Amino acid sequence: MSTEATHRTIDAVYRMESAKLIARLTRLTRDVGAAEELAQSALLAALEQWPVSGVPDNPAAWLMQTAKRRAIDGMRHLKVRDKKQDELGYTTELTKTVPDLEAAVDDDVGDDLLRLVFIACHPVLSTEAQVALTLRLLAGLTTGEIARAFLVPEATIGQRIVRAKKTLSDKQVPFELPRGEERKARLASVLTVIYLIFNEGYSATSGEDWVRPELCQDALRLSRILSTLMPDEPEVHGASALMALQASRIAARTDADGEPVLLADQNRARWDYTLIGYGLKALERAEELDADLGPYALQAAIAACHARARTAEATDWSRIAALYGRLAALTGSPVVELNRGVAIGMASGPAAGLAHLDACDMSALASYPLLPAVRGDFLQKLGRFAEAREELTRAARLAQNDREKKLLRDRAARCGQG
Amino acid sequence: MRFMVIVKATAESEAGVMPTTAELEEMMKYNEELVKAGVMLAGEGLQPTAKGFRVQMDGAKRTLVDGPFAETKELIAGYWIWEVKSREEAIAWAKRCPNVAGAGKRGEIEVRQIFDAADFGDALTPELRAKEEALRQQAAARG
Repeated sequence: MSTEATHRTIDAVYRMESAKLIARLTRLTRDVGAAEELAQSALLAALEQWPVSGVPDNPAAWLMQTAKRRAIDGMRHLKVRDKKQDELGYTTELTKTVPDLEAAVDDDVGDDLLRLVFIACHPVLSTEAQVALTLRLLAGLTTGEIARAFLVPEATIGQRIVRAKKTLSDKQVPFELPRGEERKARLASVLTVIYLIFNEGYSATSGEDWVRPELCQDALRLSRILSTLMPDEPEVHGASALMALQASRIAARTDADGEPVLLADQNRARWDYTLIGYGLKALERAEELDADLGPYALQAAIAACHARARTAEATDWSRIAALYGRLAALTGSPVVELNRGVAIGMASGPAAGLAHLDACDMSALASYPLLPAVRGDFLQKLGRFAEAREELTRAARLAQNDREKKLLRDRAARCGQG
Repeated sequence: MRFMVIVKATAESEAGVMPTTAELEEMMKYNEELVKAGVMLAGEGLQPTAKGFRVQMDGAKRTLVDGPFAETKELIAGYWIWEVKSREEAIAWAKRCPNVAGAGKRGEIEVRQIFDAADFGDALTPELRAKEEALRQQAAARG
C-alpha cells in the first residue's frame, strides 16, 4: 500500500474510532481536552508507524491500546509525582483508579459514548459551542471541515472548540449520565444540537447552495448512533425518523438548475426510498414506545404522511391537520398553527383554512411573509380578489428573497385582473 | 456515500443450510457494530435461488427461468446497505466482516458504491430532463 493510501486508511479508521477513543479516554482522565489529545497522539503514532509496519489487522484495537498506554503512562507519571507528594499528605482520585484501567478499557464503550454526547451538548456551553464540539468529538470532523460547513473561518471554530473544552474543565462538568428530570432536559438539548446540524445542511441559511448534504449525513449518522445508545427514548427515534424522512427528499428538492421545487411538485420517483424505509421504521419504534408522541415524533408522523403518498393528490391532509393540532397543543407555536391552517385548507377547503387562521392569535407572525401568502392564497381561491391582492402584496413586501418577492407580486397582479 | 455489500452464495447457502449458532452470534455481533456506528441503513439475507426465478429478455420477448441456478460463486446470498464517509471506511468495515462462508471456509463479499442523485446529473439527458419536467408540470396541474 502506498503511503498516501495508508494515510487515507488511517484517516478513515480514525474517523470511525475517534468518538469511542475519546469517550473511553475521557472516562480515564475525566477531561475531554486531555482525552482528545491522547486520541490525537495515538493518531500521530499510527501516521508514523503504519506506513512502515503496514496497517495492523485490528486497527481499532491498535489505536485504543496505544492511546490507553499513553494515558496510563501519563497517570503513572502523575502517581510517581503524587507519591512524593504523598509524603506531604496528597493523593488524587485519578491515580487511585490506575489498577482498574485494564479492565475499564475492555468493557462496553456505549455508556461512555453516551456520556460524551451529553458532555458535548452540556448546557454550560453556548449552542454554537455544542454544535462545534459535537461535530468534532462525535462525528469526527476536523476543525477545517466544521469551518467549511458553517462558512466561518477555521480559526473561529478552533477557538470555539478550545474555549468549550476549557469551560467544561473550569466548571468541572462531570462525565456522567444525567438522571430523572435532568435527563429529559439534557436529552432535549442533545436532540436540538443534532437537528440544528441537520437543518444547517438541509436548508442552508448561508452560502450559495440550498443544501449541504454532507452535514445532513453527519446529523443522520449521529441520530442513528444515538438511537442505539438510548433505544428506549421515543423522541430519539422520533428525531431520527424526522431527519431521515426529510433527507429522503433532498434529491427532489431542487431542479436541474438548482432552483427549489415545492413538495407538491416534486418528482416522487427521486425520493430516497431506503431512507423513507428507515424513517418509517424509526417512527414505528417511537410510536411503540409512547403513543403520546413528542414534538419530533409528531413532525416525523407528518413527514411520513407525505412519504406514504404516492402522488401529491393522495396526501392524507386530514391526518396531517390532526397531527398539526397535536403539535400545536404541545408547542403553542403560531407557525405550527399556520401550517395547521394550510393542512385544514387542503383537507376541507379554503374557507375552513381561513376560518382557522382567523381564530388563532397570529400577532407574533406580524413580519412573517408566509402568513399573508397563505391568507392570500385562501382568499384568491374563495374569489375574494381585492383582499387576496392586499395580502399577497403585503407578503411580497415582507419576503426576504428577490425571487420570492417577484413570485408573490406576480400573483397579486393576477388577482387584480380577476 | 452509500455502498451495497453483496454477500456471495456458497454451496451451503444454496442448499439452505443455516449457519451454526456460533456463526450467527459472530455475524450478529458484527451487525450490531454496524448499527451502533450508524453505518447500517438496511440489510437482509436471501433465500436460496431454488426459490427464486429469472426473467430473461430478448428484445421484446420475456422468458421465465425458475431457480436453482448453477455458477454458485456468482450468486448472491444477502446484502447490506451502508452509509459511510469514504471508500476507505467501507473497506475498513468490510475487512471486519466475519467469514460469510463460515469459519475456515472460502467466502467473499463484493462491495459496490451506489449511485446517488448527483451521479445522474450528466447521465440524465436533456430529453429525459424534459420528460421529467413535463411529468412534474402534469402533477402540478392536477394538484
